[in-house]
Amino acid sequence: MNNKMRTSFLAWPYALWVLICTIFPLFYILGYAITNDAGKLTFANLIVIADPVHLKSLWLSVQVAFITTVICLVMAYPVALILHNLKIRNKSFIVFLFILPMWMNFMLRILAWQNILSNNGILNNILSAVGLPTVHILYTKYAVILGMVYDFLPYMILPIYNALSKISDDVIEAASDLGANWWTTFTKVTLPLSKDGIISGIIMVFVPSLSSFVVSNLLGGGKVLLIGNVIEQEFTSARDWNTGSGLSIILMVFVLLSMGIMNKVDDSENGGMLL
Amino acid sequence: MEFIQFDHVSKSFEKQLVLDELDLSVKENSFVTLLGPSGCGKTTTLRLLGGFEKPDSGQIFLNGNDITALPANLRPINTVFQKYALFPHMTIAENIAFGLKIQKKSKDYINDKIKYALKLVNLDGFENRAIDSLSGGQQQRIAIARAIVNEPKVLLLDEPLGALDLKLRQNMQYELMKLKQELGITFIYVTHDQEEALTMSDTIVVMNQGYIQQIGTPEDIYNEPENAFVADFIGESNIIEGIMIKDELVSFLGVQVPCVDRGFGNMTPVDVVIRPEDVELDVPGKGFMDGVITDCLFKGVHYELDVQCGNYEWLVHTTKYYEIGQKVSLNVIPFNIQIMNKPASEDEEVLKEDE
Repeated sequence: MNNKMRTSFLAWPYALWVLICTIFPLFYILGYAITNDAGKLTFANLIVIADPVHLKSLWLSVQVAFITTVICLVMAYPVALILHNLKIRNKSFIVFLFILPMWMNFMLRILAWQNILSNNGILNNILSAVGLPTVHILYTKYAVILGMVYDFLPYMILPIYNALSKISDDVIEAASDLGANWWTTFTKVTLPLSKDGIISGIIMVFVPSLSSFVVSNLLGGGKVLLIGNVIEQEFTSARDWNTGSGLSIILMVFVLLSMGIMNKVDDSENGGMLL
Repeated sequence: MEFIQFDHVSKSFEKQLVLDELDLSVKENSFVTLLGPSGCGKTTTLRLLGGFEKPDSGQIFLNGNDITALPANLRPINTVFQKYALFPHMTIAENIAFGLKIQKKSKDYINDKIKYALKLVNLDGFENRAIDSLSGGQQQRIAIARAIVNEPKVLLLDEPLGALDLKLRQNMQYELMKLKQELGITFIYVTHDQEEALTMSDTIVVMNQGYIQQIGTPEDIYNEPENAFVADFIGESNIIEGIMIKDELVSFLGVQVPCVDRGFGNMTPVDVVIRPEDVELDVPGKGFMDGVITDCLFKGVHYELDVQCGNYEWLVHTTKYYEIGQKVSLNVIPFNIQIMNKPASEDEEVLKEDE
């Protein structure tokens, strides 16, 4: 038995897992998406995306996901940079504190926000206590964005932090040695060298916010209808698995397309950095 | 005041004293090597000069100006780092142009400089290659090119050849010396390799545990080490405890031997240093001491012998082969016996034992 065969045998459990839990359901959904409830071949389930209600949801989803990603990026980069530059021994413990919320139940965290943001919630209690007007932010898309930012922020911080950790101190010192001030070092060296972290962070935040429906359910209160909510309703309330599957397939294609664009931007950036 | 001046500079890291009241002056246009074992403070000295560390106390002057508080990016000093520290996301040309672009030089000027620098380090035509397509030696040359295009007043080199293999290292040593002559700038070079230091420098600063042990030309340092640490660190030596009986007469290992040193006083404890190549072997009874060959290794240029004389084992280099067990006598001409003061304080004693 040669080496390759011996190691490929180790991949079998994983391959089996992917087959049962990913590939098989995918084809199942595809099957639903291109048939009607009588089992006949049709593209009607895919075309329903052109329905103005669905298009509006998709557009809102893209907006929410985009804003969430931008806010996460703007917040996460300085945090990752500060974490990286911390000159203390227990740095891993501080990093651990930032990831800790990820270990708490997702629903619990969102329900907590519901309490904080509600009309008689903690936020408004504090605002009225100090004499400021109260805000009605719950069940708007802003609450949804806030919840998503809160939820997905660690997924942006971690990859950026990891990318920053991989930049050697020598390279930063070399930039300063060659006359670069803090800002030039950051824009010409640190930022381009952490690009891979930024890209994986963007993907890890943008994709789940595009398809999420739980946050918008709880913090949008049925008033913020994302494409994820539409799909969920097709499966649960409408019991129309065919339409739900069709929209799911469309959403998936959309996600793949946006990741493709992301990679394209990445490539052109490489090319554009030539002298 | 000299071109570069360290004035009572101290530096600690987490309460560990690395440099203690260091005074050092460097002449313009010289090739100075900071030499010492790891942890001796040589790299810290270099980093203080580069501006990557701030001293706890003391001042650093360059060309008469106090640069102690000046950040690294404002010093007319460039560094060649031990691990090259090239920018991995840039081409070779972009790496070399980095400093020049910050100085806002014209495009033509930058392109000329890149060509000139690449020619100087024998890598013409490498402009658009990626960093990871280069060997270690080539990367180091790019690092040198990237530093010198900025026409610094001082070039700092932090063990730049440490990661290269022997043959390449020797080639690069000659190239660096040639470069030094062509550029006419001050080189401060850090290494723990005594051969490298002896080959390249005008001046060697031998350091240990945060103190300068000796400053001198390579010849001075090799031929007249000032203390046992320097003698032991630079090349191999026989270091023997002895007593200076009077001027020009020293006693060690139970014999009295004439030497050329004066002014140590009478009956003063001293260290006697004799280089292995200065010991001459003769038939028993002819020299000042008899012994037996206990080991003989062929080293290419010479044989390395161990000669047991009573309790002391001498290290001797000869061009002649001797058989193990052969009886010989040792002789050293007075000029080649180096007498050094015993360390005066307990501190210095510790230094010696920690070698």
